[in-house]
Amino acid sequence: MFKFSRKQLCIPYAVFLLFFVIAPLVVIIYYAFTNGKGEFTFNNFTNFFTDSNTIGTLIYSMFISLVTTLVCLVIAYPVAYILANSKLKRKSVILMIFIMPMWINFTLRITAVKEILTAIEGNLAYYPFLNTIIGMTYDFFPFMILPLYNALEKIDRRLIEASHDLGADGVTTFIKVTFPLSMPGVISGITMVFLPVMTNYVVLDMLYNSTYIMGSLIGSYFNAYDWNNGSMISIVLLAIILVVTLFTNKLGNITGENRGATL
Amino acid sequence: MIKKIFSSSWIIAVLLAMYLPIMILAVYSFTKSTTIGAIRGFSLENYKTLFTTEALTDMIIGTILLALLVSLLAVILGTTGAIGSFYSKKSLKIFIRNANQIPVVNADVVTGFSVCILLIIVLGIDKSTYIPLVAGQTALCAPFVYLSVMPKLAQMDNNLYEAALDLGATPAKALFKIVIPQIMSGIISGFMLSITLSLDDYFITTYTKPATFDTISTYVVNATKGAQTNIKTALWALSTIIFLIVIAIVAVNYFVTSRKDGDSR
Repeated sequence: MFKFSRKQLCIPYAVFLLFFVIAPLVVIIYYAFTNGKGEFTFNNFTNFFTDSNTIGTLIYSMFISLVTTLVCLVIAYPVAYILANSKLKRKSVILMIFIMPMWINFTLRITAVKEILTAIEGNLAYYPFLNTIIGMTYDFFPFMILPLYNALEKIDRRLIEASHDLGADGVTTFIKVTFPLSMPGVISGITMVFLPVMTNYVVLDMLYNSTYIMGSLIGSYFNAYDWNNGSMISIVLLAIILVVTLFTNKLGNITGENRGATL
Repeated sequence: MIKKIFSSSWIIAVLLAMYLPIMILAVYSFTKSTTIGAIRGFSLENYKTLFTTEALTDMIIGTILLALLVSLLAVILGTTGAIGSFYSKKSLKIFIRNANQIPVVNADVVTGFSVCILLIIVLGIDKSTYIPLVAGQTALCAPFVYLSVMPKLAQMDNNLYEAALDLGATPAKALFKIVIPQIMSGIISGFMLSITLSLDDYFITTYTKPATFDTISTYVVNATKGAQTNIKTALWALSTIIFLIVIAIVAVNYFVTSRKDGDSR
């Protein structure tokens, strides 16, 4: 006799995850290590690491990500610090104003940036790298500010006071107390920006930067019906994401809560 | 004093940098100008184009309907998944928790590409059935519903459910009358999050969508490549409308929450 219990409620979701999350990954792993005829091969793997184009793309994407992440951090840290320490009664409102652009479709936001940059520079082709950094920063900035604010807000004020009482000046207190305590926020902010920037090739496309980043490689293999090499790029990206996530999970606690904490 | 001036000017400068592009575009959306530069007279032409061009209205309605459908599915799957796994044995719980984490940390390009390979290339499901698109976006959104419901389950008083059963309620009734109301705030924020993720998604959509269907994201990206000027400026109008809607939602949300909990949020 069928008896309902709460446990059984997870069956649909478990099946869903199996079919639409696990199985697709298994399939791309299979594709990454086979050729067009379905024969097992390491060629896609060795091609990736011996082709100067793909390696160049990997380095270029990492560089874009790194610069964007640093720019976001340098701009966002003071904002988060000022907001977390302000005595304003409605600082959550100001924080909200910083987060709000995230709810406007990112392609429309990049359109706005593109029109402004075109008006200023005349032709976007003159400064592709600069434009990409501006576009990416504009797109991902809210993702940096939120974890920073959350970390700085949590810091026990008494620790700062104690540091002052013990004779440390403002700068020393910041370097020795505040900044180390905000590290979990810094780390999750970095992951929230660094990883998505590596793959968001739409920002480059829209700003007429024709250089490839990792995401564009998947797009171009997809358009060429080359599922095998496309899968290999996906696997490489997945490996990078896995390493970064495991590494940062050890350092701070990041989960989806940051991507989700905006509501 | 100097510190204070620096603080406020930093905040203002960053806010200006964030909002000026959207606001300038909003101003120009009410003109006949086709590029940012000299303003050429007030006009509602862009708004007229936006609401009367079939391709544009279809795309907007399609995007909204897709977001609603995906979020509904994501809420059902994510909520039942969270409740079920909360009371399941450890191995199943760990499986769901870890599998749930994959779409959250994974790049959307990889999620979209892998769903496309499995459903369209391997299983041969026709894109025009919308199945790959809906499945792909739900695979992105449901994990976030799960993550927003889970903490609410942990906070819940488990005895209430047991008490309801002791008082003669069927498990289904106890679930709907006791459990669901207590985790409702998690379900709602999961739903809202799904909506925004679906509305913002480009990558999963582009790999799984039917050829004739476009969401705002895919449409805008194509429109920036094609050079139809009246469509381009009509999208400025769309951007302005979305901006105003976001402001309205944030304002309403602010007044509702500040009334409810005495301005603690």
